[in-house]
Amino acid sequence: MTLFVLCFLLFLVGLYGVITRRNIIKIVLGICIMEYSMNLFLVLVGYVHDGVAPIITKGSERATFVDPLPQAMVITVIVIGLATTAMLLAIAIRLYRKHGTFDIREINTLKG
Amino acid sequence: MKALIPLFVILPLAAAFLIPVLAGKIKGFDKYLASLVMLATAFLSLWLLFAHEAYPIIYKIGGWEPVNGIPIGIYFVADGLSVLMLCIITVVGFLAAFYSISYIAKFTGEKYFYALFCLMVAGMNGVVLAGDLFNLFVFLEISVIASYALVAFGIEKQELEASFKYQVMGGLASLLILLGIALLYWQTKTLNLADIALVLEGVGDRKFMLFTQFLLLAGFGLKAALIPFHAWLPDAHSSAPSPISAMLSGVLIKAIGIYAITRLFFNIFILDINIAWVVIVLGSLSMIFGVFLAIGQWDLKRLLAYHSISQMGYVVLGVGIGMLILARGGDLKVASLAIAGGLFHLVNHAVFKGLLFLNAGAIEYRTGTRQLQEMGGLYEKMPITSATSLSASMAISGIPPFNGFFSKLLIILAAVLGKFYLLAVFAVIVSIITLASFMKVQKYAFYGSTLRRELEKIKEVPFAMSFSMIVMALLCLVLSLLIFPGIREAILMPAVDSLMKMGNYGVEILGY
Repeated sequence: MTLFVLCFLLFLVGLYGVITRRNIIKIVLGICIMEYSMNLFLVLVGYVHDGVAPIITKGSERATFVDPLPQAMVITVIVIGLATTAMLLAIAIRLYRKHGTFDIREINTLKG
Repeated sequence: MKALIPLFVILPLAAAFLIPVLAGKIKGFDKYLASLVMLATAFLSLWLLFAHEAYPIIYKIGGWEPVNGIPIGIYFVADGLSVLMLCIITVVGFLAAFYSISYIAKFTGEKYFYALFCLMVAGMNGVVLAGDLFNLFVFLEISVIASYALVAFGIEKQELEASFKYQVMGGLASLLILLGIALLYWQTKTLNLADIALVLEGVGDRKFMLFTQFLLLAGFGLKAALIPFHAWLPDAHSSAPSPISAMLSGVLIKAIGIYAITRLFFNIFILDINIAWVVIVLGSLSMIFGVFLAIGQWDLKRLLAYHSISQMGYVVLGVGIGMLILARGGDLKVASLAIAGGLFHLVNHAVFKGLLFLNAGAIEYRTGTRQLQEMGGLYEKMPITSATSLSASMAISGIPPFNGFFSKLLIILAAVLGKFYLLAVFAVIVSIITLASFMKVQKYAFYGSTLRRELEKIKEVPFAMSFSMIVMALLCLVLSLLIFPGIREAILMPAVDSLMKMGNYGVEILGY
């Protein structure tokens, strides 16, 4: 249970960063932290108490295995995270070249 | 038939890979390949729609059969709703790709545009075909990452800022969806949609499921830009190049937002009255506030983007009324009418909003402005754009021979029959304000006097652009045929039926 609470705290740290920071790079970092907490949560969902890695070797046929599916999902999510982070940073670099600053208060022109 | 299902993902994905590799070597390869691939998938999906094979068509990737009744492979499932969505994606996609042949020629890096376009379409096709939750998420990410890049394609200040905002909101939405998926997996120990539906019927933890449902509703609501979550849409959709605006507004928010919401809440979860009310409230809020935000806009594409929010409100309202009636165990006929109205409006909105964005693109292509005050008198200069825009405006504001009238009529009729009189009144009022807003567009853009001297020399847009606009204007008229009983049963009802099946979806897919 403690682990889940810590994981949730990590998520909140990321969310706090996205909401309160004014620097584009820090917002990107906030999104990354939220992503890591999600990955951690997925691994925790698949964890079985006292489980071992789900690889069948001699002598481990009867052991308790952890659930391998969330781990496979986490790998995919990390790859997707790589793509989104790369995209965000590419846009951040372009924004810096146009405005000469990372401060969103100075970049903000659209009304939304 | 079965073996053709993966082609919807494979063809655009292969094109997305081949275009950047070969575009430099063969002249014109990028634009014609993108259009050809979209045309091929469009024919394929229309053939699926009219061939009337018994739905659902299931394709198991790698041929993995279920073990002890538990599905272990990845499924592609094409049922009525998926095929209807596929038709919208591929047909609007083809017209947008064909339109781009002229429109995108003024940008640099054309080949990347077409590669990203194909990638986005591959992602959307995957979302509507995916038979399990995690692949739905992966395909969703493929399409939205491509759309982030496409929104920023102009790489001016405005485009970059809109794309950044879109990415932060989209990233948050993806994380909410992922959290929902993780919680669902925790509860059910399976990711296959059909299997989840079966397992959930026996699970009693209602509070846990309600929390998961709210997470998923918030996530997909952000993707669909329903009103409390709408802030990114007007910026992103108005900053993108016009064919992409047409794809984003016409198709993307439906394929990854509305489709996922309807699929999950009708077929996977057990229908819940609270959730149905939340969906109805979100729908009516979007419908009402969207139109009020739209009417004050002077930037043509921003105005259209706000109208997208409002029109999606109609779709969600129709679907939500159907959901509520089904959850209460009410009259099945009224529920079916409401869902049919919602889905019909979804199809119509894809066509007329796509057309309106293409018109806005045509105006921008010739006059170089999006501000309504700087246009005027374009009626004589650009007759095709003007005529198609008039038909799309009449369709969106619900003037009879056009399709928008009939779908709004169905939704309002269902609301009255289901005794939601207040919602019916709102729907009528919003429709009237929509009409007012589009009269403003017509007056300032096409009629009235030309204020600027440089507008006197402009002429009609090139063939590829006018062709797409004419086809879409014809579709606006032809789609109103869907109201007639024989045609409606053939095209629209399979989609409605696949939602009305509710939890039986699981039984049907897994085949017991």
